[in-house]
Amino acid sequence: MSTLPDLRPDLAAIAGTIPDGSRVLDIGCGEGTLLAALAEHKGIDARGLEIDPERVATCVSRGLSVVQGDAEADLVHYPDDAFDYAILGQTIQMVDRPAEVIDALLRVGRSAFVSFPNFAHWRMRVALGLGGRMPVTPALPESWHATGNIRNLTVVDFKELVSDRGARIERSWYFAKGREIGEFGANLRAEFALFLIGRG
Amino acid sequence: MPACNPDLCLTLPDPLPLDSGATLAPVTIAYQQYGELSPERDNVVLIFHALTGDQYVASPHPATGKPGWWDRMVGPRKPIDTNRFCVISTNVIGGCMGSTGPASEGPDGKPYGQRFPVVTIHDMVRAIAGLLDVLEIDKVHAAVGGSMGGMQAMAFASDFPGRAERVLVLASAARQSAQNIAFHEVGRQAIMADANWNGGAYYDGAHPDAGLAVARMAAHITYLSEAGLTEKFGRRLQQRPDGSDGAKSFGFEADFQVESYLRYQGSGFTRRFDANSYLYITRAIDYFDLAETHGGRLADAFAHTSSRFCIVSFDTDWLYTTEESRHIVRALNAAGAPVSFVELSSPYGHDGFLLDTPGLDEVVQGFVS
Repeated sequence: MSTLPDLRPDLAAIAGTIPDGSRVLDIGCGEGTLLAALAEHKGIDARGLEIDPERVATCVSRGLSVVQGDAEADLVHYPDDAFDYAILGQTIQMVDRPAEVIDALLRVGRSAFVSFPNFAHWRMRVALGLGGRMPVTPALPESWHATGNIRNLTVVDFKELVSDRGARIERSWYFAKGREIGEFGANLRAEFALFLIGRG
Repeated sequence: MPACNPDLCLTLPDPLPLDSGATLAPVTIAYQQYGELSPERDNVVLIFHALTGDQYVASPHPATGKPGWWDRMVGPRKPIDTNRFCVISTNVIGGCMGSTGPASEGPDGKPYGQRFPVVTIHDMVRAIAGLLDVLEIDKVHAAVGGSMGGMQAMAFASDFPGRAERVLVLASAARQSAQNIAFHEVGRQAIMADANWNGGAYYDGAHPDAGLAVARMAAHITYLSEAGLTEKFGRRLQQRPDGSDGAKSFGFEADFQVESYLRYQGSGFTRRFDANSYLYITRAIDYFDLAETHGGRLADAFAHTSSRFCIVSFDTDWLYTTEESRHIVRALNAAGAPVSFVELSSPYGHDGFLLDTPGLDEVVQGFVS
């Protein structure tokens, strides 16, 4: 297969990890950037779930199989083990019931990729701790009253949730300034985190 | 009944077994073809029509002279591009535009009328599969239909797995709802209450046009949305015959513009449609429940399909709602079939699939191509 195109680093990490021929569901797939890359470069007939009808229309017009819906209302209708990988990209902080969504991801998928902005990044800590205001940063660019991020979380919080749900972490990636960084001090240094989780 | 152009009319070589247990023979299928068939015979887009549609998808209707019912979607460089695809559209059996139906001659040389056997959506697609056999088209690039056409597209995918690479279903349902059966029954009763009905044997005399017009008026309301009707007509009054503007008649003339519009729709319809066909086709839709022969599990109806699916609903369509489309999508997901689904926003109600709904052209073109 040809090399992957310029993807956002978390998407590139996902695309680089998924083996050819896997069954994949991308939840919150947007305009299908990752789906198209998986199809084009890995021969993977991936499926998508996206809440915004215009983005779904864009995906369909690109020849991708995308269903209009969201993680909470629609995952329940997918059969067990339907996919090798379920992907939830930067959405977990927006859902009503994150714990149940984690369960659902690991029901329909044998493994799941979950990425999110890390609320414990030092910029957040400075804004809140010293500035006394809800942070507005490159990773979380909207002010508190406009953001859809209703359940902000940190790297440590996520690890704890995964453990609470009886799941396990298989791999993790951390990103700052658009680049992957090491695990050392990740809860302070990472703007975004990506985890590959599996059933416990 | 319009004469059948022998170039675009074909009689199936074998009798057609029907779901009712009866057999129909001979079976003639009237169809239209737009675009050239590729040498590999692999570029066919099969389009199924809705209740009162016909095979004239992209060419003028012979009775009314109006453009084809999907002229805006099908043609050279249009979303379903006839420079690339060979579009084949048929008139359903039971219809009245050249395919065998209740107005056709029965074995005794007289029109069948109510002696025509009741047909189902599955019978319709079995007949179309028979046409494809004669035309030596094993597999179609895409099977496309809205409303009843969507039912046929799904039945085609389910009954003939492997014969459609893509299936596009617009504003449809996998089963006819109680409310929709009820509306159909109102229409049928209007036809059968007409003084000219004569048990369906009216072809020698006056046709039950008044009843058919009422059936069409009632049905037409269900194709629109309240918001659409309000925007188009509101409570505006008609100009009176004496020239006075917008005055009430204090009688039962068509005072309101919406009344006048419906009457026009009703009477226009009787010039191109046969009342018996209206009965037979509405009955076929009412009987449709794709899961029925699969133990009530819709996913099992798609268990053997190899098609990709795209399901489209319209937010103001209260006849075939988004929930009905989601029901199909869930079943396809359960069956593991590749499926796309989008609910488009449109003011046009059920008619949204026929009109200029934002996003529709891109979805159709993207999926079919």
